[in-house]
Amino acid sequence: MFNIYPSGDSAFLLKFGNEISEDIHLRIRAYLILLSKKRIKGITEVVPSYCDILVHYNPLIINYPKLISKLKKVYLQTGDLKLPEPKTVRIPVVYGGEYGPDINEVSKHTGRDMEEIINLHTNNKYLVYMLGFTPGFCYLGGMNTKLATPRKDKPSEKIAPGSVGIAGSQTGIYPIESPGGWQIIGRTPLHLFDPSSDNPFLIEAGNYIEFYPITENEFNSYL
Amino acid sequence: MNSTATFKIINPGLYTTIQDLGRFGYQQYGMPVSGAMDTYSLRLANKLAGNDAHAACMETTFLPPHFEIISDTIMAITGGQTELTINNISKPIHCNHHLKAGAMIQMGPVTKGSRVYIAFAGGIDVPVIMNSRSTYARANVGGFNGRKLLAGDEVFTLKKSIKFKHRSIPNELLLDYNPEQEIRVIGGSEMNRFSFEGIKTFLTSSYTISNKSDRMGYRLDGPEIKHKQGADIISSGICNGAIQVPGDGKPIVMLADRQTVGGYTKIANVITADLPLFGQLKPSDEIYFTHVKLDYAHKILKEREKLFRHL
Repeated sequence: MFNIYPSGDSAFLLKFGNEISEDIHLRIRAYLILLSKKRIKGITEVVPSYCDILVHYNPLIINYPKLISKLKKVYLQTGDLKLPEPKTVRIPVVYGGEYGPDINEVSKHTGRDMEEIINLHTNNKYLVYMLGFTPGFCYLGGMNTKLATPRKDKPSEKIAPGSVGIAGSQTGIYPIESPGGWQIIGRTPLHLFDPSSDNPFLIEAGNYIEFYPITENEFNSYL
Repeated sequence: MNSTATFKIINPGLYTTIQDLGRFGYQQYGMPVSGAMDTYSLRLANKLAGNDAHAACMETTFLPPHFEIISDTIMAITGGQTELTINNISKPIHCNHHLKAGAMIQMGPVTKGSRVYIAFAGGIDVPVIMNSRSTYARANVGGFNGRKLLAGDEVFTLKKSIKFKHRSIPNELLLDYNPEQEIRVIGGSEMNRFSFEGIKTFLTSSYTISNKSDRMGYRLDGPEIKHKQGADIISSGICNGAIQVPGDGKPIVMLADRQTVGGYTKIANVITADLPLFGQLKPSDEIYFTHVKLDYAHKILKEREKLFRHL
């Protein structure tokens, strides 16, 4: 069972564990699938992260003890649930050059040339544990530790949307233009966040990501 | 056409954005909620203008804008205390006004509280992005072109048949914005990560709103709050009014434009009924936190809702 922690008078955390692990992630995912089917009145929003779910509720619609007892009942049914096959999103990336200005820095730090870096980065499936930090930013697990490179000493003021970077043992994609300290190795022409679209977000928690290399011409054909 | 150009910004004031009650349902994708910092006043302004609670209004900061009315409308102003003039004639706030095209609207600096809410009959018409008209300026989403209002902007409102009936808010329904404020909290999700001394410090000291405060969060100055075993946690969801304490022991209260997840321990959470008061605080205001039980927080919230029904 999860532990319950209050977060003010209109939300609480359901905590499934205390570490970053695929097992905990899958239990959270199973729970959320079941919970969404129950359509419990009064739950206004759920926000999953690495090891917990923040449940927002409207105390004018449902009372707290009643809601907790419903949520516990849902948990008891998760054992029977078969998780659907996770979706894999393929992300095209132009590596190096003006699109990945820090690839030489990663090369220097890891002692690997650009081709090896691209191979190591693309020969992997990355689990999307959660989103946050900026709209559409994915916290990914599974980068090959051979690529680990520390953040920049001096963060860049402007990183282009779609930039793919490495920070320590993490890799990630910048969905919007923002400042940041990640070592940028490439850029994708896909929009991870498009506020005017009916589906503003390309990726969601529980998806897997695969990167594949494209040329600059192919990049431009997306625009 | 069901939308009309209703007013034109002459001087935008210090920081004026379009906000409604917020953008819900997208926090799991990392999208902040935004919305009014003082949702109570936004709802009152909408009541006065004859709108639904979720209609979009202007939210102003310290110095409200100066604007010209370009089509006849009904306007309502409430929230922080300010001197309103219409065509250079002093007029009351906390009520609605029937305005003719050509009217010039000016307001003095806010003297009590920090934000004023300005509603128009029909509601401000900007595109609905992810179920909301609220501005989230950091990602250029929502509101007027994703940004604060600037001089020359012409703002539209949704058309509504104008039958003016004078409305005002009874004094007892207005919140009292004081530079010294009690803020009620209930325990946060990582309260057990603080030492007994740390929690005692938090609940017995007064804290000052620092000038590093904006719609995203307020940083507080005051006695250092001690942790038991470090300030960092595995990143997890943050709700409105969450009080994070990073390693330096100085609390940060997370507000409308907060990021959806964060990695600092949360000692407590401002109760929903006190968030509007909190959103009106300004740098150098002093607050002290008092702890209440969950049942009590819900009771206050229900009483607050009843007030709206009588309006």
